[in-house]
Amino acid sequence: MGVAASIAVEERSVQERMARPSRFGDKAFEWLTLAMALAVVVLIILIGWQLWIGSSVAIKKFGFHFLTTSTWDPVAEQFGALPFIYGTLVSSLIALVIAVPLGIATAAYLTELAPLWIRQPLASLIEMLAAIPSVILGLWGIFVMIPWLRDYPFPWLKRSFGWTPFFSGPIYGPCMFAGGIIIAVMILPIITSVSREILRGVPDLQREAAYGLGATRWEATRIAVLSYAKKGLFGAVILGLGRALGETMAVTMVIGNTPQIAVSLFKPGYTLASVLANEFTEATTDMYLQALFEVGLVLFGITILVNLLAQLLLRTIAAKSATRAVQ
Amino acid sequence: METPEQTVMERLEHGSAPPPDAEVPAAHTFEVKNVSIWYGEKLAIDNVTLDVAANAVTAIIGPSGCGKSTFLRALNRMHELTPKTRMEGTVLLNGEDLYSSTVDPAIVRRRVGMVFQKSNPFPTMTIGENVVIGLRLNGVRNQRFLNERLEKSLRMAALWDEVKDDLHKPGTSLSGGQQQRLCIARALAVEPEVILMDEPCSALDPIATAKIEELIYQLKARYTIVTVTHNMQQAGRVSDYTAFFYLGRLIEYGPTTKIFTNPGEKQTEDYITGRFG
Repeated sequence: MGVAASIAVEERSVQERMARPSRFGDKAFEWLTLAMALAVVVLIILIGWQLWIGSSVAIKKFGFHFLTTSTWDPVAEQFGALPFIYGTLVSSLIALVIAVPLGIATAAYLTELAPLWIRQPLASLIEMLAAIPSVILGLWGIFVMIPWLRDYPFPWLKRSFGWTPFFSGPIYGPCMFAGGIIIAVMILPIITSVSREILRGVPDLQREAAYGLGATRWEATRIAVLSYAKKGLFGAVILGLGRALGETMAVTMVIGNTPQIAVSLFKPGYTLASVLANEFTEATTDMYLQALFEVGLVLFGITILVNLLAQLLLRTIAAKSATRAVQ
Repeated sequence: METPEQTVMERLEHGSAPPPDAEVPAAHTFEVKNVSIWYGEKLAIDNVTLDVAANAVTAIIGPSGCGKSTFLRALNRMHELTPKTRMEGTVLLNGEDLYSSTVDPAIVRRRVGMVFQKSNPFPTMTIGENVVIGLRLNGVRNQRFLNERLEKSLRMAALWDEVKDDLHKPGTSLSGGQQQRLCIARALAVEPEVILMDEPCSALDPIATAKIEELIYQLKARYTIVTVTHNMQQAGRVSDYTAFFYLGRLIEYGPTTKIFTNPGEKQTEDYITGRFG
């Protein structure tokens, strides 16, 4: 009887132990993490809200013209942001054209071709590029990059491709092209390191399949690695684009800061981020400040739009390959 | 002559392995002499000498980590993809030294095809593209030739009837066993002299496994096949010769019937009867 009783006691205690132990900790952890996750969403919404409030008068006054006109005259209170939108998009595009092939090629070298001992040090060095403060890159851009570009590559481009509108006209130095190049330098580390992670994630089995057929290193990289990683690499490009759109300091220092829409990449331009950085301290009138807030709102909108579009594109690609797989 | 329809079991009953007196294979595809392979400091293959019979199936058996996979990969220089490997000895393929300094490993791998443990079709390519990619890498552009070779390879891999209407679908849309046969077709398309198989059925269910075994049996009429397997019954069913590896050394090598019925070494017997490994 004593034994039975003690067994009963033990059973109960087992049940208690099974039922009790700190459900509270679990719940608390869940709430805490949920709160953290929600905080990010709330923050984004609040920022958008603030920009909206700050620019509501300007939005009402200029309406759609704000996005489609090119006059930026604070004295006359005429505000059209088209040159900035154009500058942001074009300089980011130039940056992508330069940084994407360079970044993906570097990543492919680091994962597929480079001798083992050099891979990690080289990868770390590239990531260090991201640690250089952008104002320092800007200084380097003004004093080293622009004089060099003006003396060597630009004249050559003008001689060779001057017949296209993109490389025509006088060469000043600070210009849209220089801005694009400096952004390329700034987004190169993220494109490279994300691409490298993605390429490293490609299963060795895929590489072996290619090598087993007698593929050379380049062929194996092309058919087994890059093509397998296509989607992930696209993600890396979009991350880079997100950065490029918002780059401010270094671009401001080399792009020339002239609100104009010029086809020639040798002409100075202006970006949304640059105009904010340059003119916030000078915004003496309410309407001026409102217009700058609206510039911020437009930049905010463009980055969010780009990211949404990218995700949508990725999802359709995924869905397409899924239905192909089901068929 | 056996018909393709004959099943593996029937063959076993009728005993179609080479005659027991065939101690020494007649023609050799590979002559492996004193091969040792190191991964860094670790000796993975220890002074192995072995001749691989032409137009026969040679099974390499042994417990995990015995070096059987490494040995297989040394036959088409795939082991060189692993960093820090070192190799000594010679491997002759039909009399030619595969490790001569003038030989390009990519060319070796075009002559010695390989099928892997897990099926690995290229997911971004269709079934058809997967089969002919090796030819494309070789610079073949003639569409008619590619189509002919596509059908021929898929037929040889016993996959044609199942996929002939779906050639444009991705290779990864097939079942596991079909994918493995697709990989075999891909290896066959470049018309190699040898096919190496690294545990080709280890990820497959019994029915898919039986189909691959059947295929191996048919392919040996045209190809020399070397297969690594964990599965003793499989080695017994499909192979003409068996090599038993243990701790990087070749313990015993001979006709499969002899290895399985009358092994010369105690270690072989222990392994085959399941006492270890």
